[in-house]
Amino acid sequence: MTKLLLMSGLIKSSIARKVIMALSGLFLVIFLVLHVSINLASVLSPDFFNEASHFMGYNPIVQFVMQPVLIAGVVIHFIMGFVLEIKNRKARGISYVKYKGRANASWASRNMIISGLVVLAFLGLHFYDFWVHEMAYKYVQAKPEDPSRYFEETVQKFAPFWRTVIYVISFGLLSLHLWHGFASSFQSMGVNNRFTEGGKKFAKTFAIVVPLTFAFIAIYHHLNPVTH
Amino acid sequence: MKLYLKIWRQPNADTRGSMVDYTLDGVESDMSFLEMLDILNEELISKGEEPVEFDHDCREGICGTCSLMINGQPHGPDSRITVCQLHMRSFNDGDEIVIEPWRAAAFPVIKDLIVDRSAFDRIQQAGGYISVNTSGRPVDANAIPIQKEKADKSFNAATCIGCGACVAACKNASAMLFTSAKVSQFALLPQGRVEAAERVQNMVRQMDLEGFGNCTNTGACEVECPKGISLENIARMNREYLFSSVKG
Amino acid sequence: MKKIVSETEVKSPVKTKTPKIKELVSNVPSGPLKDKWTKHKDEIDLVNPANKRNIDVIVIGTGLAGGSSAATLAELGYNVKTFCYQDSPRRAHSIAAQGGVNAAKNYQGDGDSVYRLFYDTIKGGDYRSREGNVYRLAEVSTNIIDQCVAQGVPFAREYGGLLDNRSFGGVLVSRTFYAKGQTGQQLLLGAYAAMNRQIQRGKIRSYTRHEMLDLVLVDGKARGIIARNLVTGEIERHSAHAVVLGTGGYGNLFFLSTYCMGANVTAAWKAHKRGAFFANPCYTQIHPTCIPVSGDHQSKLTLMSESLRNDGRIWVPGKKEDAIAIREGRLKPTEIPEEDRDYYLERRYPAFGNLVPRDVASRAAKERCDAGYGVNKTGEAVYLDFDAAIMRYGREKALTSGMKDADDLTIRKLGEKVVEAKYGNLFQMYEKIVDQNPYKTPMMIYPAVHYTMGGLWVDYNLMTSIPGCYAAGEANFSDHGANRLGASALMQGLADGYFVLPYTIGDYLSDDIRTGPISTESKEFDDAEKGVRERIQKLMSGRGIHSVDYYHKKLGKIMWNKCGMARNENGLLEAMKEISELRQDFWENVKIPGNADGKNQELEKAGRVADFLELGELFAMDALHRNESCGGHFREEYQTPEGEALRDDENFKYVAAWEHKGKPSDSKLHKEDLIYENIELKTRSYK
Repeated sequence: MTKLLLMSGLIKSSIARKVIMALSGLFLVIFLVLHVSINLASVLSPDFFNEASHFMGYNPIVQFVMQPVLIAGVVIHFIMGFVLEIKNRKARGISYVKYKGRANASWASRNMIISGLVVLAFLGLHFYDFWVHEMAYKYVQAKPEDPSRYFEETVQKFAPFWRTVIYVISFGLLSLHLWHGFASSFQSMGVNNRFTEGGKKFAKTFAIVVPLTFAFIAIYHHLNPVTH
Repeated sequence: MKLYLKIWRQPNADTRGSMVDYTLDGVESDMSFLEMLDILNEELISKGEEPVEFDHDCREGICGTCSLMINGQPHGPDSRITVCQLHMRSFNDGDEIVIEPWRAAAFPVIKDLIVDRSAFDRIQQAGGYISVNTSGRPVDANAIPIQKEKADKSFNAATCIGCGACVAACKNASAMLFTSAKVSQFALLPQGRVEAAERVQNMVRQMDLEGFGNCTNTGACEVECPKGISLENIARMNREYLFSSVKG
Repeated sequence: MKKIVSETEVKSPVKTKTPKIKELVSNVPSGPLKDKWTKHKDEIDLVNPANKRNIDVIVIGTGLAGGSSAATLAELGYNVKTFCYQDSPRRAHSIAAQGGVNAAKNYQGDGDSVYRLFYDTIKGGDYRSREGNVYRLAEVSTNIIDQCVAQGVPFAREYGGLLDNRSFGGVLVSRTFYAKGQTGQQLLLGAYAAMNRQIQRGKIRSYTRHEMLDLVLVDGKARGIIARNLVTGEIERHSAHAVVLGTGGYGNLFFLSTYCMGANVTAAWKAHKRGAFFANPCYTQIHPTCIPVSGDHQSKLTLMSESLRNDGRIWVPGKKEDAIAIREGRLKPTEIPEEDRDYYLERRYPAFGNLVPRDVASRAAKERCDAGYGVNKTGEAVYLDFDAAIMRYGREKALTSGMKDADDLTIRKLGEKVVEAKYGNLFQMYEKIVDQNPYKTPMMIYPAVHYTMGGLWVDYNLMTSIPGCYAAGEANFSDHGANRLGASALMQGLADGYFVLPYTIGDYLSDDIRTGPISTESKEFDDAEKGVRERIQKLMSGRGIHSVDYYHKKLGKIMWNKCGMARNENGLLEAMKEISELRQDFWENVKIPGNADGKNQELEKAGRVADFLELGELFAMDALHRNESCGGHFREEYQTPEGEALRDDENFKYVAAWEHKGKPSDSKLHKEDLIYENIELKTRSYK
């Protein structure tokens, strides 16, 4: 019982909220690794990309276990982030007439809510582009399986200039979000030892390389449309 | 030099305040920032106006009483000092200087630039001590050797002067740096380990109750801390808190 | 069981309004020096734990003395109320003590002992303190370190994990424990933590931003206070069975000092006016290593820790023309060759060199500056030079790092690192204030008011001449005689608060176990509150010509020029007259804007300055009557041909305790003869 009470206190405490942000964020980071790897295949090997996409699209574990978990991760990260933002604004009370945030903290760290919201908005578009399309294909229109369609569909998405631009901008903000979020998750979870510095460097590198790769893929497909 | 000051004036906790403009001439670069305000106040008094009230006491950077947001930065533009150690040589003739109180819901304004920081006291009352009797007969001071590195780290955490610049600087008005410094000071010493779990739980609970914001690891607190308290302490507190929560 | 004279009077059925003043009985127990304290503790009355719950104690001030006694009293079971004018107990000015705290632990094995600490303190105080008190101080000093370490105070340690020590002025051993340059803060945080523990337990109620404005006596006993809530302006009554004053010293009398801006004598002065004798007010410590005054705008002086004198060498130019050239900015100190420098402390006092006691070092600096060798624009500064230390440490470091042929530049760099590790924060502080890099050019220092050895007269139990009113730490007069040695203030504050007062107070309170709560609805409280209100009213109704600071600065100038490092009869007579006139001017013409029913810093300052304007006169009178030089009190008429202090033990080997009689100049002198049974009185020599 005491333990339960403690645990409930844990969830309510400021530190627990930090940790939840960190853990859900890290989970999303892992998802990004998977996502970027498969995407990269679309540049390197369209066939492998088709195979992998088909697997992800029809494997029941991926579809009915991992996908909901992923959505839950996004939702938790978003809701908790929003709750914290509201609480934090309330904690200031009256705002400063002059506040020189740039003097002591990076833009990325001070504007996680902005980069986060942009990424969230982008996720809306991204879901509309791919997930809604897939759902409609599989369940509404109930079309037959076609393991070879993914590459072409993907490339076609990047044909319009505006969409490519939106994607690239969003990857820029994703990069800023990761730049602060990934490295600071160690701090939130209380990790501070001789590996932390290395870990932070890795996180910063990750924050640049992964979004850059996403952006590269988008631009690549925009510049190399499928020709029949 | 001549300065254009914009200062927050508020008669008391229950009345709304506003920024008021003052022009001050004849400021010398050798003056400290608070001495500049002294001169402004002398002028105001001679004109029969109420002087600007601000907190200050030791005027040598250790009591942690002074607490001014100057041009958007706690304790002003220089690093590793308090307002009383800030000198006017950091400013130029004709500068506009905006002076505000610390802003945090947990630090309500008392008058003008003075805020109520008793929330910090309550956080420490919640557990910022080692439960030894002052009237007891403790063991000899050298009975427990303490690794110099740990002792130094504990000291570094203990150098916190409780001024509240961390809260003022933080975009979330979070008191994590302060609380973590107090937690760390004891957590690093063998004497303090005995109650470490209970201490971190109680102090964090009180910190949350006071209405401080949440840490989002921006690091602003560390940059603005006049004593350079390290963010490492926050990581330590998080760790201590998590372990103590899981252990139950 | 020893009883003070007045207790019989107080117990008598005849109740009178005028407080009974007890005579100057020190109550130092008889017997061998070493056994006095133990014997006394064995013999005094105690209050049993159940009864302690029915007894209230008020503690004014939450520095080392106030904070530690409040914590200990609460822990013993008394109900404690603490009052401080700061926004948190942790900000009391004990926090600013840099150097360290003495204790006769003899961890360094350099021959230290309780007796040696006792002897050094008596000698350092120029034989003007009580043997019994000082021995007790030395005796409990070791407990302080044990206590603080148990509380988690992070003292400096050696690589082996044991506590480190350093040396301070006026002694030949290393007995000073320290926490870098902020020992005071760390010790205060320890006491504050102990207080917090009791606040959490409900045993202490802490009133911050409150100022005591009067002491209330009922039947001649201290039974409460009138305090002003500095935020709301409300006048409050608080009652208790005893009142402890841990309110610090009165050095702000000089306006410019190393005290915090709010430090004041008000609480002690109110007690004085209610019957507590004020002892040795003229004993003031002028600390030799402060940052010199830079201009009229200056509000406060900053101390550079005495620990710097461990490694810094003090000098002025040996040639007057060099000094003049430096003042005019034509010459830099680093350009003066070694042979043209006058290391005057090493020259005059070869045995102690730069580590002579504070009074000696201060006077020597003044002597050089008065003779025209001073540096800085004002000519009122001397150099504190770390060049030799940097090179010495650098060479040592080079050798231990295996660099046998290191060049000067490398050695200097290594040495600077060592010095930075030792004094980095002090150097940084200096650079922030003066805008000069002390690693490259010598620091400039000059003496400044730093501590007051005088204070409320107390007996061995730390009780003032008002029954039930106690004074601890700097607020009392007891342990430092005419001059305090470095790192002894923290020791005394904590000794009084943790180890002495909480026990000796039991002897008095044991009579109060059946008294029950003290009512604040009595004529005494009514009268005291009325008096406080009237005084505030009077301050607010000044004609409004000059600000409070105007008067404070004027008073400070009189004090510094005529009652400062060197005093003479004419100057002191003038000072008395000038202060008295200034006081009258103040009450007629002071200008305080705003009103009294809310936060009003000018009103707060005015009340404090008004009390300083009375104390200043008594101070000068005390200095005038003491026709000798001793410790911090230097009368120009009484000096040896070499310019050293000339004591007169035959006529002045006593504590001068002044009784208030209406006007400061009417105060009545009471003498407590100092009896030396264990120490032979000698001329203090550090040569």
